[in-house]
Amino acid sequence: MRRGVVALAGGLVACLLPFFAASAMPALTADPVAVAYLERRIERPNPLNNEDPFPADEGLKGAELGLRDSNSTGRFVGLSFGLTSTVVEPGADIRAAFAGLLAGAGHPRFVVINAPAADLLTLADAPEAKDVILLNIGATDTSLRDVDCRGRVLHVIPSRAMLTDALVQLLVFKRWTRILLVAGPDSGDGLYAESLRRSARKFGARIVAETKFDARGADLRDSALREFALATRGPDHDVVAVADEAGEFGTNLVYNTEAPRPVVGTQGLSPAAWGRPVEAWAAAQLQQRFRKLAGRAMDPVDWAGWMAVHAVGEAAVKLKSADPAAIAKLMLDPAFEVGGFKGRALSFRPWNGQLRQPLYLLWPGAVVGMAPVEGFLHRSTELDTLGLDRPESACKAFGG
Amino acid sequence: MIRPPPHRRGRGRGREEAAFSGEALPGAGRLPRYCERSEAIQGGGPLSDVALLDCFAPLALTVKRLMAGGAAMALLLGALPATAAEIYVTNERDNTISVIDSATYAVTRTFPVGRRPRGVVFSKDGKRLFVCASDSDSVQVIDPDSGKLLADLPSGEDPEQFALSPDGRTLFIANENNATTTVVDVDTKSVKAQIDVGIEPEGMAVSPDGRTAVTTSETTNMVHWIDVATLAAVDATPVDQRPRHAEFARDGKTLWVSSEIGGSVAVIDVATRKVVRTIRFEIKGVASDRIQPVGISLTDDGRLAFVALGPSDRVAVVDAKTFQVSAYILVGRRVWHTALTPEQDRLVTTNGVSGDVTVIDVPALRAIKTVKVGRFPWGAAIRPAPGGAAGK
Repeated sequence: MRRGVVALAGGLVACLLPFFAASAMPALTADPVAVAYLERRIERPNPLNNEDPFPADEGLKGAELGLRDSNSTGRFVGLSFGLTSTVVEPGADIRAAFAGLLAGAGHPRFVVINAPAADLLTLADAPEAKDVILLNIGATDTSLRDVDCRGRVLHVIPSRAMLTDALVQLLVFKRWTRILLVAGPDSGDGLYAESLRRSARKFGARIVAETKFDARGADLRDSALREFALATRGPDHDVVAVADEAGEFGTNLVYNTEAPRPVVGTQGLSPAAWGRPVEAWAAAQLQQRFRKLAGRAMDPVDWAGWMAVHAVGEAAVKLKSADPAAIAKLMLDPAFEVGGFKGRALSFRPWNGQLRQPLYLLWPGAVVGMAPVEGFLHRSTELDTLGLDRPESACKAFGG
Repeated sequence: MIRPPPHRRGRGRGREEAAFSGEALPGAGRLPRYCERSEAIQGGGPLSDVALLDCFAPLALTVKRLMAGGAAMALLLGALPATAAEIYVTNERDNTISVIDSATYAVTRTFPVGRRPRGVVFSKDGKRLFVCASDSDSVQVIDPDSGKLLADLPSGEDPEQFALSPDGRTLFIANENNATTTVVDVDTKSVKAQIDVGIEPEGMAVSPDGRTAVTTSETTNMVHWIDVATLAAVDATPVDQRPRHAEFARDGKTLWVSSEIGGSVAVIDVATRKVVRTIRFEIKGVASDRIQPVGISLTDDGRLAFVALGPSDRVAVVDAKTFQVSAYILVGRRVWHTALTPEQDRLVTTNGVSGDVTVIDVPALRAIKTVKVGRFPWGAAIRPAPGGAAGK
């Protein structure tokens, strides 16, 4: 178990500035608002194509930037924020780490969780989580926004349903509606494929054929040219959709399909909450601040980590209060809105705690489009065309 | 209630377009995207008039001529102001400034400036042009007549907007990337102070009496009040999400601040630094989160406020006394900022996505002309044409 304490104190940011005129800041009125970060480390496959190593601090660095931003803002109203973090290794007891965090510095009542769905549910159901808000930044499982929802879990990361809805909206807009689906063997791949099928039905696209592909046992660097041509042989289609969440073969599928068709899904043209090429709506500023802090590009989990802490900070500043109960109440209020560098006010859906947000359709080089795609209409907000809408969600934990 | 996108209408429109390209009307030469929206023919007030002219120009003109005789002609002639002015527009993506002659509404010159030019303002005498070259990390001083660079001012990192004090020599610059306001003496080209403010300061204004400067921080969501005598931040007023632009009323009693994501404009009482009124906007057929207020212009007579509403492609007209929205005027796509001519009879808007400038007739509250400029026009500043009457 690795444990680190990240700087508290509102004075920190001011010290970083080379020189500034004296400012009349209100005196700190209360103890810092304590936020915790808890991560379950996940085993990743070895890179196939000499990719940059998977960042060991993915998510955490975003939360740290959220802390800095919240402190910069909070000092104008006499508030400060603190962050403690714990990362548990695969197989270690996350419940014990959770209890340790809650009993530790400042007794945090807001915990950013970067862990698989099973861990998230374990923590949400633990008695010590009774008056704690959990902010999910790692689990995209749609079930957590549906039958498996929990009343004090807010989902900052988009669900698979939102991701595949975003992708299919763009495909329908482009009239690339005939999809050949290639899914990997993992359970996440199966869920992603199922989500794609559901989105295709929702927006009028069609899965014309499906194949499974298991990269294990083959050396793709040698065999991709022939193997993928076989795997992607099928009826006429406009795109090849790939469901490979861990990244075991999808990148190599691009340009290796039988027919000259674009690859979309977990690789190729992908739906994502954030990404390196995102630039519009002042995203460039957030990207630069993150790069300065982390020394690398910001990815969707980093963005969600930033967003989670920023949402807590925004609620506290609006209230001018460090009272965790009041902050939690405001965050759960349907009228609570917060900015996220996506061009619109973001808010939590009152029926399942999911953060409403535009999503990007991008490839590593550029942003292709943004969802909700123009023309997909909704009676209250077009953002609710992505993911489970109120009548579609079986979640009752929010009293809805 | 999800519907697939409408089939792309507008195919085969080339013929119609050709039929009336060259008319001196907004959007002439191309059909604006908003023509596809039903509200263009359903809305009320000046909005429908402009939209009608825009989308159905040949028909509308015929009807107008039949019904009102010379009225349509008078409208076209009304486009020419009594005194000529020069409109300077920064093109964020082209790294240039386009100069528009208000007598003809033609682009007379385009000259290169630093990288990513955004905020732009004239010296009092109109002889120097200050330009925020954001990606060059400098404020450039330019001779507007020749387009030549006179000096680079030390500006701090990533300057986005600035405001010139009434003393004509103190420039307050919002440094978006490092949460400071830099105060520069433009005569000695020296930094007088760097003042610590909230994250992503953008909007910048100085009160007419020169005693107070304000900056808005886009992520902190506050207006920071700077005492000019001591150059210290003395107070902060929270406003709605992502405040982008601040503008003092001529009498100095109120400060208007637009919140892009909050979708509102706060009117703040300067004496108490409290928000006294929050103006919200509602446009039939436009999703509320596409209404994103950015630029604000206030007329000197204190009667009107114009608010650029970003991707809703409209400028709101607000009665500055009652704070009621009286009209929405359709302009080009993603309208950023606005500027009034010295005579206050014309308002120009910079339309970032469509790459043009819309000219609005202020007394008539209608768009009269669209002028193509460079890529991503962002800021605008106006001076009387050389030899013309003195302006502001």
